[in-house]
Amino acid sequence: MRNMGIIFKRELAGYFATPLAYVFIVIFLVMSGIFTFDMGGFYVRGQADLMPFFSFHPWLYLFMIPAIAMGLWADERKSGTIELLMTLPVTLSDAVLGKFLAAWVLSGVALLLTFPIWITVNYLGDPDNGVIVAAYLGSWLMAGGFLAIGSCMSAMTRNSVIAFILTVAICFVFVASGSEIILNALRWAPQTLVDAVAALSFLTHFDSISKGVLDLRDILFFVIFIGSWLFASAIVIEIKKAN
Amino acid sequence: MIEISHLTKKFDSFTAVDDLSFKVEEGEVLGFLGPNGAGKSTTMKIITGFLGATSGFVTVHGHDISRDPLAVKSLIGYLPEGAPSYPDMTVLEFLDFIAEVRGFSGEQKRQRIAKVIREVELAEVCHKTIETLSKGFKRRVGLAQAIIHDPKVLILDEPTDGLDPNQKHQVRQLIRNLARDRIVIISTHILEEVSAVCTRAIIIAAGRIVADGTPKELEARSHLFGAVSIQLTQDFDLATALEGVEEVADIEPSDEERRRFIIIPAPGKQIFGKVLDRVQSEHWPVAEFHLVEGLLEHFFRSVTSQTAASQPRTSRGARAPHQSANQQQG
Repeated sequence: MRNMGIIFKRELAGYFATPLAYVFIVIFLVMSGIFTFDMGGFYVRGQADLMPFFSFHPWLYLFMIPAIAMGLWADERKSGTIELLMTLPVTLSDAVLGKFLAAWVLSGVALLLTFPIWITVNYLGDPDNGVIVAAYLGSWLMAGGFLAIGSCMSAMTRNSVIAFILTVAICFVFVASGSEIILNALRWAPQTLVDAVAALSFLTHFDSISKGVLDLRDILFFVIFIGSWLFASAIVIEIKKAN
Repeated sequence: MIEISHLTKKFDSFTAVDDLSFKVEEGEVLGFLGPNGAGKSTTMKIITGFLGATSGFVTVHGHDISRDPLAVKSLIGYLPEGAPSYPDMTVLEFLDFIAEVRGFSGEQKRQRIAKVIREVELAEVCHKTIETLSKGFKRRVGLAQAIIHDPKVLILDEPTDGLDPNQKHQVRQLIRNLARDRIVIISTHILEEVSAVCTRAIIIAAGRIVADGTPKELEARSHLFGAVSIQLTQDFDLATALEGVEEVADIEPSDEERRRFIIIPAPGKQIFGKVLDRVQSEHWPVAEFHLVEGLLEHFFRSVTSQTAASQPRTSRGARAPHQSANQQQG
């Protein structure tokens, strides 16, 4: 646990030692502003809630999160520091969790910095702040899901661009599997299959959380999802270490 | 003590390390030699716990690396090949990170870092990011992280690669100072380094040990041990002039210089004095006369290169005088 904290600290400091963290946060804020006010019709709707803000998050994360996840392990492999890290007295789970948490906290910081939107909506109307808090939590959990996929893909290769593309592709599958288009295309299939596909989608679970319904099952979905992909990361790292 | 027993590592069908067994005791500085791809780095990676072995075991001070990796890893200080470190961090941040992972905190951590910065002479760059450093400084940062916890076992993969002669000298001095009461294993291509710092050398080729002994012992096993190098000023028939000296086994022309010959003694015989007597009494046209140097290199080549090993030793004796005659004509 102690070593996980040390790795977490190093990784987080690493994001802020380079322009990466700042670029990520600025682009994230600009994009979420555009999505909310331009495309989401924040003012036009005339409703005091943050639905237009949150409903674009899966699509925003689809490209933003792989960008911070892609270097997690690929860079370590490329520079050879993985050999240094893995011969220090740290366990593989310390390293996997420490790195994941650092990236997750970075995405959390970016998310928290969208607070002016929350202030705005409180100034303009009288929103249900409980729903907004739940939606923030759901959004952060979803970011964790994207990141865990990214961690595993980054462990697959020493090329971070390949890791980025793989992550986007797999994240897309997990987002789109809950969209109308995919579910309609599966109309021929048995209902259980359609339900199973929908149940694996981020959209399905995020939608209910962002409406303020903090269902334990949705939270569990993300927690288990993150855990599974991180476990897969550890296995991939172990296998790929030799090459 | 490090004990390596029947260690084998296979990558798919390729066997990188093949049934390797040896022990290293405290106070030994072991030079790990071998051509590229012989399995040096792979063996080091297994000892340090980075790679798992296909079969066999490694114990460090009684701890098995596969059963108790954290105990072994905390005993070892390791400089991986190429001295990797995090390029975005400053030297101080990097050493701070390593010291924390090694379990130091507060005042103790500060002292460790200060000590290691002094030992490896990093003071002038300690606030610079590692990516901006020269190769020599990067290597020293790698050394610093390896010795920060005063490890019982120090494993250095090509510690002087890419350093200038002064820096090489410095690093060797450092290794010699560190060697007391601990185990040091270094891999290197530079054979003079082995004679300079190692108390023992193991040569491996194709994953197997082909020689193991002190550098002096290995030198003595070279067929050029006690051989004399002679540089003539004009054409001269050495073979005839040396007739009757039965300690001389062979005369080889040097492939580096014209009119330079290597006079090889019969196993276990000394020829330097006898030949020198003849040179002086018979007034040979000699410009240079000395014992052959770089014996370790000769020995290394003879045990690691396939062609040299497969060439029958006796055929040289028959061919050498003939060759030297040709060279004199040309």
